[in-house]
Amino acid sequence: MSTPAGLVQAQAPAAQPPIVEIRQLWSAFRSGGVQTIIHQDLDLNIAQGELLSIVGGSGGGKTVLLRQILGLETPLRGSVTVLGRPAHALARPGSAGRVGMLFQHGALYSAFTVLENIAFPLRELRGLPADLVRDAVLVKMQMVGLEPQHANKMPADLSGGMIKRVALARALIMDPTLLLLDEPTAGLDPDRSDEFCKLLRSLHRELDLTVVMVTHDLDTIFETSTRIAVVAEKHVIVEGPPQQVLAFDHPFVREFFLGGRGNRAMELLRNPTHAV
Amino acid sequence: MDEKLPRIDTEPTPDGLSAAVLGEWSAAALAAPGQWLRVAAALQAADGAPVWDVRRVARMDHVGAQALWNAWGRQWPATLQASPGQRAMLERVAQFSVIPPVPQRLGIKDHFLRLGAWVLRVEGHVVDALRLVGQLMLDCVQLLRSPGRGPWRDFSGHLYRIGATALPITALVGFLIGVVLAYLMSRQLRQLGADAFIVNILGVSLVRELGPVLAAILLAGRSGSAITAQIGVMRVTEELDAMKVMGIARGYRLVMPRALAMALAMPLVAVWTTLAALLGGMIAADLSMGLPPAYFVSALSRAVKIANLWLAMGKSMVFGVMIALIACHYGLRIKPNTQSLGEGTTASVVTSITMVILVDALFAVVFREVGI
Repeated sequence: MSTPAGLVQAQAPAAQPPIVEIRQLWSAFRSGGVQTIIHQDLDLNIAQGELLSIVGGSGGGKTVLLRQILGLETPLRGSVTVLGRPAHALARPGSAGRVGMLFQHGALYSAFTVLENIAFPLRELRGLPADLVRDAVLVKMQMVGLEPQHANKMPADLSGGMIKRVALARALIMDPTLLLLDEPTAGLDPDRSDEFCKLLRSLHRELDLTVVMVTHDLDTIFETSTRIAVVAEKHVIVEGPPQQVLAFDHPFVREFFLGGRGNRAMELLRNPTHAV
Repeated sequence: MDEKLPRIDTEPTPDGLSAAVLGEWSAAALAAPGQWLRVAAALQAADGAPVWDVRRVARMDHVGAQALWNAWGRQWPATLQASPGQRAMLERVAQFSVIPPVPQRLGIKDHFLRLGAWVLRVEGHVVDALRLVGQLMLDCVQLLRSPGRGPWRDFSGHLYRIGATALPITALVGFLIGVVLAYLMSRQLRQLGADAFIVNILGVSLVRELGPVLAAILLAGRSGSAITAQIGVMRVTEELDAMKVMGIARGYRLVMPRALAMALAMPLVAVWTTLAALLGGMIAADLSMGLPPAYFVSALSRAVKIANLWLAMGKSMVFGVMIALIACHYGLRIKPNTQSLGEGTTASVVTSITMVILVDALFAVVFREVGI
């Protein structure tokens, strides 16, 4: 193209509406008549093709933010727009398939086999032949690194890592535009966790996914994310590429990334072993 | 024609048949009503075409790509015109398409082994049930030895939940049964001119049989299922394992308080249900036969011996312990998955109600001379 690269880049965000647009979001949960505010005037945009990590302290409302994007929670105030529609419209039957979610504990149906679990959204469409559904499931299983012989096992017979993979395959079965991950590497050993990061990067690249991930794992964050959003004090205190977030002067950011824990991840960032 | 409909245009070219794939080749589009039959026919018609053009496909996902790949007999056509993205997707499907694993067929040996597993399961039920009863007795002995250290808080909580909160529903059911029975009986007895006997019939049947059995069935459905589900969820969430690790005996802390609460609550609820039913019967008798309540009350004490009430309370206590033990038994056997939870709860309620009726028949036979 003859236009200068900078110009194209400058125009790109305006031309493409964000996949997720959160405006002035207030969330709260009620327990025993007491209302606790979790988010206050939270703003966040997620653009097509990003791999965004949401980080923050425990109980800081990261998972609630994911649930808001999924339309599982109702905003107290403000709006959450996903793929151009209000988030709560996503949960309606018939609009499934554009958003995939990997729940923290997999949320596999314990009465179904692996194959039935992954095939569930496809079978719900009613109208696809059984052998095509089975083939599509087997392809997705192999994409996430599950051997076909596991297809007829029950979730109770799987290890934690395999449950995560099955749940990921199920989240991917409808080829979603937006993939949400809640603590994808929690409960995995470091090797598995690295493997998962690799898998996530390749899926992100190959399937042109927009990924939003909640995690505490610094390795995962720096190995995969193109952008980081830090949720603290009930809103997004800083968001941007990893370097920009690290340069932000805030006690939480210093503590989270630059404490003893953060050093290894920082090292990784300084000497990247691969291009993110 | 709708531009989005998945379809295939074929036209003959010098190189042979050329198939152009058009429309939206996504899971949702292919699964629309009637679509797949049309698409399958179109794929069949284009079968063996050496030239395939997928560049004009509006949107393709892995299911659409899989449909094409399967139609091509799982090999590349001679010429494929595709955008890089589409080619990558098709290559991924080609790379990962495998022969599906064949589900294992059951042979005679497997059936034999299944039979063995069934026998062992039945044996397991019997052994577990026996162990539960034995453990309950040992726990009761321990409680008698050091009553100060008993789980009294649990006990009172269960007593409230099993007994007190069941009072409205048992009263309602008992009252209505009493009204219906008295009304139906009054019509029969009037034909025989034996109006006054309604007190005897209603009194004996309600005090001795219906009151305790109704209360037991209601509590089996209400509290038995709750106990099974509660203990079952404790299994699913590993709370039972945590208890074991902390060295807390689950028989002493989980089973015994529930069994004792049931043993105490059940006779009281049975008497309460009987009273509600008698009240209903009394009102219905007054309205339909003109039998004054004062007569009803005085005749009742003459018609129904007090032994009937003791018998009713005694068997209610047995019902209570039985329901609690059956509920705990099924609760403790639940495996950590949702299906097992549902099955366990159902089995618990069905078994308790069946056992209540069986044991009631047993009581009727054994104590046939008492109170009549």
